Amino acid sequence: MVLSANDKSNVKTVFAKIGGHAEEYGGEALDRMFHAYPQTKTYFPHFDLGKGSAQVKGHGKKVAAALVEAANHIDDIAGALSKLSDLHAQKLRVDPVNFKLLGHCFLVVVACHNPALLTPEVHASLDKFLCAVGTVLTAKYR
Amino acid sequence: MVHWSAEEKQLIASVWGKVNVEECGAEALARLLIVYPWTQRFFSNFGNLSSPTAIIGNPKVRAHGKKVLTSFGEAVKNLDNIKGTYSKLSELHCDKLHVDPENFRLLGDILVIVLASHFGRDFTPACQFAWQKLVGVVAHALARKYH
Repeated sequence: MVLSANDKSNVKTVFAKIGGHAEEYGGEALDRMFHAYPQTKTYFPHFDLGKGSAQVKGHGKKVAAALVEAANHIDDIAGALSKLSDLHAQKLRVDPVNFKLLGHCFLVVVACHNPALLTPEVHASLDKFLCAVGTVLTAKYR
Repeated sequence: MVHWSAEEKQLIASVWGKVNVEECGAEALARLLIVYPWTQRFFSNFGNLSSPTAIIGNPKVRAHGKKVLTSFGEAVKNLDNIKGTYSKLSELHCDKLHVDPENFRLLGDILVIVLASHFGRDFTPACQFAWQKLVGVVAHALARKYH
């Protein structure tokens, strides 16, 4: 799956429009993922996953920062996320299926807060981008 | 049989009550064809699907989207027997339409995103949970008679 010039431009536009809300969206995406797919909570036994959890918010910021970084280096996502890719392969070992779940929830968050931004074309580009990020993060698993 | 809590039933009904089936159905199907273009393989007789604009404006896409979401309404009305509700449709999708059940999951997720974009903050995490469960159950029911 290759990101076209249009896709890259759409993704950059999304993150530019989201701006400072990215951190909050990261937290909300995680929150929705834990609610909609309870099995994902198994990766966070050490977290308080209750409503308004500071740990979830904090982790959401990290997730958002990685997405922003990938968007800013969209021509070389593998390079930009290389250390994170190592981390997920060697230490975290989150099953690959879960990246799709978080990606989906991130789309839901964008849809909730910015419906006008998420036109079908932008939806397609963002979905592709999130898939690409997931692929990079699991690329070194085996 | 799937168990639905009173809260889940209420969340599903309250969202469904405000859905414009024709608009939402058209939008969901159009997005499926745009976001996952390989799904267009099932619609070679729909005419012009050459661009997002063409897909969104395509009257066959709109009509079929409405048909699909209207059928989804049957699940909402029969939460306690979704299996039975879709038994014949499952056979049809397998024997005549030859649709990979993965497509039901894709459409279900697209529907959730469309609902989110229409309801905004009212589409709470609890609401999303109930609807993810519903689209999952529908997808499962439609795949159930495959052989």
